Amino acid sequence: MAIEFPRIPLGDWIEGSLNWLTSEYSIVTRGISRVTQTGIDGLNDALMWLPDWSLLVIIVALCWWVANSRLAIGAALGLLLIWNLGLWDPMIETLTLVVIATLVAVVIALPVGITAALSERLYRIIMPILDFMQTMPAFVYLIPAIPFFGIGSVSAIFATVIFSMPPAIRFTTLGIRQVPVELVEAADAYGATRSQKLIKVQLPMSLPTVMAGINQTIMLALSMVVIAAMIGADGLGSEVWRAIQRLRPGDGFEAGIAVVILAMILDRVTQSLRKQRKT
Amino acid sequence: MSDNRNVKIRVRNLSKVFGNQPKKALELRDQGLKRPEILDKTGQTLGLSNIDFDVHEGELLVIMGLSGSGKSTLIRCLNRLIEPTEGEIVIDGENIPDLKEKELLECRRRHFSMVFQNFALFPNRTVRQNAEFGLEVRGIDTATRRAAADKSLKQVGLDGWEDAYPNQLSGGMQQRVGLARALANDATVLLMDEAFSALDPLIRGDMQQELLALQHRMQKTTVFITHDLDEALTIGDRIVLLKDGEVVQIGTPEEILTKPANDYVRRFIEGVDKSRILTAESAMRKVRSTVRESDGPRTALRKMREHSLDSIYILDRERRLIGLIDADAASEALERGQESVTEAMTQDFRSVTREEPLHNLFAMFSENRFPIAVVDDNKVLQGVVVKGAVLDELAQAGED
Repeated sequence: MAIEFPRIPLGDWIEGSLNWLTSEYSIVTRGISRVTQTGIDGLNDALMWLPDWSLLVIIVALCWWVANSRLAIGAALGLLLIWNLGLWDPMIETLTLVVIATLVAVVIALPVGITAALSERLYRIIMPILDFMQTMPAFVYLIPAIPFFGIGSVSAIFATVIFSMPPAIRFTTLGIRQVPVELVEAADAYGATRSQKLIKVQLPMSLPTVMAGINQTIMLALSMVVIAAMIGADGLGSEVWRAIQRLRPGDGFEAGIAVVILAMILDRVTQSLRKQRKT
Repeated sequence: MSDNRNVKIRVRNLSKVFGNQPKKALELRDQGLKRPEILDKTGQTLGLSNIDFDVHEGELLVIMGLSGSGKSTLIRCLNRLIEPTEGEIVIDGENIPDLKEKELLECRRRHFSMVFQNFALFPNRTVRQNAEFGLEVRGIDTATRRAAADKSLKQVGLDGWEDAYPNQLSGGMQQRVGLARALANDATVLLMDEAFSALDPLIRGDMQQELLALQHRMQKTTVFITHDLDEALTIGDRIVLLKDGEVVQIGTPEEILTKPANDYVRRFIEGVDKSRILTAESAMRKVRSTVRESDGPRTALRKMREHSLDSIYILDRERRLIGLIDADAASEALERGQESVTEAMTQDFRSVTREEPLHNLFAMFSENRFPIAVVDDNKVLQGVVVKGAVLDELAQAGED
């Protein structure tokens, strides 16, 4: 006699609570949506308003300043290729999404990471949540984003922030916990308050690690905004998406190479920032 | 050594249990159980047990013990980097374990500066910014703290290095920065946690001497932790000897060496080079006879004969040492018909104070055949040291 065990309606529960959230907090989500959209449009317009060549010069100069001439030359060649392929505008759109998603992620991640480092209890609560956020397949975040924020860039930002935030939190926590005990003791011994200890010792000492976390966040954000083309995000991702739908591998690779170039520039620039801090 | 016996910090009944059931561990301790048994029964580590001692104003107190003796725990209990489980730590009338968080911060700022074994310098701050740290957290204005930092850096011989970063300095120099950070803060007590243990032996000896000179100049109350008996004996005015979280003996270096409290201390001091610790005072003998400056050579010769001496010290009216005359010189003076011993006396002898380490006297004996005079600060003769007495004293100390 087989005992029939009913299937647990996990999916129904989640959908129920998502629906409830959508309807109850529509004011909040709409507000967030409007603010974020304004930010995206603003940054996008600003970057588009600049003549292509001047933005290129600015980026190349930045590479030179934080790193070296080799990176600057590489960046110049890469950006010229993107421009030549006619992918300049989608590249700007992608860059905008990455910048905004990273900003939001870092603004949330820093305080959360700091509190998790200082409070053992919070640490135990936050770490499993981060594991969940990081191992859940990225596509899954796209689905609830649509009822919350509708098709488009804001949903892309939402999914990207959730997906890319964990390393920034983790590295912040790790960085603060790695500050040598003796230095924390020294600060205590001289009568530093908690906030003095944090500002004068723990944060400056953990900065290289925090920067490594932010670097990871930027990379994850870039990969996610490309995927987010599936829910209507503009940019290089949508070029790839279109190439898939039309079965044109050439176009797909062109856009893909543009993503790689952008990724390398972002990665090298943030890494050099981190190394500069160390010396 | 400080003459001022005012108590700066009074520690009574101080105990520390590491673990979550401190009460239980202390109960077992009160039933007479020792550290290993308490650990077996309850899983609690008895770090410190019933520690009593005083730190006197202006003294350099060394807390000495091997690893695991609880010395690091003890120094951290003083400023509550580690919370004591029970007991009193009273500094200027305040019982530190009773202080609330804010009062504790205030107390740490006013009373304690700390120097750490591995320097604990902030690598992102310059030497000057490191030295300023204590004043900075107290909210002192930039100009004042800069002046204080530069002054203390000068005291430790680091002027010119203000804008360097710690990783550009050698270990010895880094610890000087640590010391400058402590001095700039101008707290009433200096806590030094194995401050010189990470330095190589030569630098270490230099730092010990500099600390002594500084201590002599500033009379700063200092608690110094070390595992090295030689270091403890060299720099300590008094020594608190710890073993397994309990006090074994408290005393001056000489007391520890000459009157060890038990077998543990006796075994401990076996390896010490005693000539470095014992002073001229311990080998000093009473002067058998002297002559006055007004005496003639005849009197000097008679006194030397009576006391079977080869030479005799000459004192003025206030018993101040003014010279020495030996038997040959006295005889010649007598033949020449000189009236006073002062006409034939010599200055070619050595005089030291009571505190002179015994090992310095060896060199003097090899250059000079006369007994070494021991005088006080006013040159008044206190006694003499003869060659044999130094060796006797060392042999005796070695037998203990």
